[in-house]
Amino acid sequence: MKPRQILNGGLALSASLVIFVIPFLFVLINAMKSPQEASQPDFALPERWLFWENFVTTVQTRDYALLLAYWNSTVITVGAITLLVIFGAMVGYVVQRRPSTVTRIVYMVALSGLMIPPAVVPTIWLLQSVGLFKTLNGMILIQVAYGLGFTVLLYRSFIGTIPRELDEAAIIDGAKPWQVFFKVVLPLLKPVTLTVIVVQSISIFNDFTHPLYYLPGRDNVTVQLTLYNFQSQFASQMNLLFMNILLITIPPLIVFIFFNRQIVAGMTSGAVKG
Amino acid sequence: MPAKSRISPYPYWFFLPAAAIFVVFFLVPTVASFYFSLTYWDPFEARFAGWDNYVQFFSEPYLLRGTVNTLAFAVLTSGMKTVIGLLLAVLLTSGMMGQSLLRSIVFFPVLVSTIGVGLLFQELMHPTQGAINVALAAVGIDGPGWLTNPSLALFSVALVDVWRGVGLATLIYIAGLATIGPEYYEAARIDGATRLQQFWRVTVPLIRPATTTVIILSLIGGLRLFDLIWAMTRGGPGFSSDVLASVIYKQYQAGFWGLSTAGNVILFLLIALIIAPLAWWLNRRSIDS
Amino acid sequence: MTKTLTTTAMALALTAGAASAEELSLLIDNGPSTIAAFEALTAAYTEMHPDVTFSIEIRPAGGEGDNIVKSRLATGEMTDLFMYNSGSLFQALRPERTLVPLNDLENVAPLNDSFKRTVQDAQGRVYGVPAEGAMGGGILYHVPTYQELGLEVPRTWDAFMANNAVIAEKTDKAPVIQTYRNTWTSQLFVLADYYNVQSEEPGFAEAYTANAVKFADTPAALKGFERLQAVHEAGYLNADYGAASFDDGLHMVANGTGVHYPMLTFSIGAIRQNSPELIDDVGFFAQPGDDAEKNGLTIWLPSAVYIPKSSEHIDIAKDFLDFVASVEGCETIVEVNGAIGPQLVPGCELPDDVPTAIADMLPYFEQDGRTAPALEFLSPIKGPALEQLTVEVGSGIRDAKSAAERYDRDVAKQARQLGLPNW
Repeated sequence: MKPRQILNGGLALSASLVIFVIPFLFVLINAMKSPQEASQPDFALPERWLFWENFVTTVQTRDYALLLAYWNSTVITVGAITLLVIFGAMVGYVVQRRPSTVTRIVYMVALSGLMIPPAVVPTIWLLQSVGLFKTLNGMILIQVAYGLGFTVLLYRSFIGTIPRELDEAAIIDGAKPWQVFFKVVLPLLKPVTLTVIVVQSISIFNDFTHPLYYLPGRDNVTVQLTLYNFQSQFASQMNLLFMNILLITIPPLIVFIFFNRQIVAGMTSGAVKG
Repeated sequence: MPAKSRISPYPYWFFLPAAAIFVVFFLVPTVASFYFSLTYWDPFEARFAGWDNYVQFFSEPYLLRGTVNTLAFAVLTSGMKTVIGLLLAVLLTSGMMGQSLLRSIVFFPVLVSTIGVGLLFQELMHPTQGAINVALAAVGIDGPGWLTNPSLALFSVALVDVWRGVGLATLIYIAGLATIGPEYYEAARIDGATRLQQFWRVTVPLIRPATTTVIILSLIGGLRLFDLIWAMTRGGPGFSSDVLASVIYKQYQAGFWGLSTAGNVILFLLIALIIAPLAWWLNRRSIDS
Repeated sequence: MTKTLTTTAMALALTAGAASAEELSLLIDNGPSTIAAFEALTAAYTEMHPDVTFSIEIRPAGGEGDNIVKSRLATGEMTDLFMYNSGSLFQALRPERTLVPLNDLENVAPLNDSFKRTVQDAQGRVYGVPAEGAMGGGILYHVPTYQELGLEVPRTWDAFMANNAVIAEKTDKAPVIQTYRNTWTSQLFVLADYYNVQSEEPGFAEAYTANAVKFADTPAALKGFERLQAVHEAGYLNADYGAASFDDGLHMVANGTGVHYPMLTFSIGAIRQNSPELIDDVGFFAQPGDDAEKNGLTIWLPSAVYIPKSSEHIDIAKDFLDFVASVEGCETIVEVNGAIGPQLVPGCELPDDVPTAIADMLPYFEQDGRTAPALEFLSPIKGPALEQLTVEVGSGIRDAKSAAERYDRDVAKQARQLGLPNW
């Protein structure tokens, strides 16, 4: 490796550590302090290392609300992602393969989902009238509706890189449309599917405002909501607050580490085609 | 199945599942809200108001400030993410040591929730006891009131938003850079171009699609941003860091739901007016090149 | 055999009085004294009625909490019981349509009349029972500092500012504490001044509601804003006023880092939870006006507990509220939080040892005409932007007159949205 590359690496590593990593050290250090020490959070090391105690207290708060929240958030995320990937890919596929006025309109409408802020109270009334308010299923469907814009955008771009010849070959072999899609095209979409999974699952897992409106109630607590509640409840116990931040960052972190390599590959074709 | 599917292997019914969900859970409430923007609507009743809400929204004393803030914030964060994202991407594909670890580090802030980030930086940016100003004081600099100085508050939030989002921009750019074949750089090098000239003549033009994606996504995000501003300043001190999204939210919070919905409509129109021509212009040029 | 068991079981159930095991949900705000009080009340009730349990949910205070309460109430998703302000905020909940009247409860009729007026509709139906004692809005102060510097409790604004000057000159302490991280705390100088406003302009509340007078062009009303500006301009505020929180403010006045903290007296309950050993170092006086003879206290009627019509456990909820409004319930609250003000349940006595600040406050209640309810209890209008405007004045971003004008416009907007006549 050239000396310049090592120098660049060293400089960049130190700068990145300061800018990106130190804030998390801050969270970590303060998550281990006692309430008095954490009331003015700083970088001083804790006098007594209370990681385990704070961990237990945070998890036990409000009858293990955090564990229930993990479960709820995970169910919502997994459910929504499954539907988003399948339905979004289907839309992106036809929009890309069949340019026509209809598909252009459909594409515009899907993109509008990215731009228009959702109307909260009419959505609540709607959910109530179909009996889905305050249910996980309702929340899943909401997240799908709000996530379709981005998903369709990504899939449409990436499908452009899959040659039509493959479709045609399958059709000649007698495949029906749904078979062409599910058996031939979808498997080739793995990189962008993984990208969608990672980016959308982080976004849904970290979503705060939508569960706040559409999923109230103690049994429905989601992960960001625990942080919000803790902020009210533990205004004077910053150490537990930081411990909570730490704990709710872990699942996205796991997803990220797991799928890290595939993200870049997935982004490749999607971004390039715009 | 309709006859169309026999003609085309790309049948329209593929739209149905997604359309069902999207129309019911997004379009219907959105259209309903257009109606409600014409009413005095509080949590308990709705009385027709005609255009009154729009008139009231436009005569909101902080509207001008809020709109200026919104535009400034969006342009600033989008610009910074675009430029810094590209530079980071170039750096992280140059073959330096620890490259893939760095890519992960840079992307990491994207994973943390908005409230978490907001709380974290509220503490770090405390004017007298926050870690940032304490560090600056150690080298003799008097740190400003990042979130308490009205002229600085929105800018501080913008910095945090860039910190949080640049990883995604970098990722998109890295993907874009990966598609530029080495032969272009070869050709440029043979022509005697310096590294800087190679950057301007080869890299920048050929990653235009990635640039377009980054600009559009970050601009929409910046215009709509609410969570982070709310978590860090609630639009304060006073009203100095209010953007349209937080003005709208405050109306909602006060129970003026018709007024808030009217604001939402206005925000959507503003976004559409900015993004639509921009997207068309950017995409058009990429086809030409 | 089976028949005997069944009969016995039924007999037992009947004698138990309540239905089979029920869980009531309750929504309260996040103040430490509120949480402590309701945990005690629900525990006491469960002891008397073992098959009734409670699940408590917490919401933030201030504007965000208002929003959550209103949304949940409007969409029929409220808990069985909830705690919320009385007065104009209560009126905004449209009680006739959303809440359960409580006039038939035994312990409601004897409640203090001033209180009942703040939780009833135009037909005299009462909807809430008090969740705490009445409180005063004025200025908390650090007693040891006053003793050290030989200062006296001021009865005029000029005397107050003179005290501040002495503190600034002779110590490093912040004469006046402000805590703008929690914007609701910035309103106190304006709101607590109301006693002084109405002593100069007795008909202000009605005229204000009818859109006949405004803050900006009524000198007495404008004074509140001007006083806030004066304190900022004299440089008496703590250095971190922009980022300090309500919690910080209480700590500062309790341990003497700051000397004056404009605040409501319910906060004594919070000090008792957080730093009980310092509680007697904190005193209290009403916000002084211009005339030493007309010195009185602006009071707040307490928050109340209500039952939404959507509850599925209305009967048990009403029984619980009957308990809260009883002498026993009141004494439970006082036991947990100490006395924070005169109780509105007749017969509920304050303990003999009340914290210094409360002891300072009680004399105002004992003399006629030395208290006046805050404006929000006399008028349905209170602009939602006030707390941000007062932050602007207190931070020196905007001057008092301009803020008062903006506030008048904000109030006008609210009145139009609420459909009030004359606006």
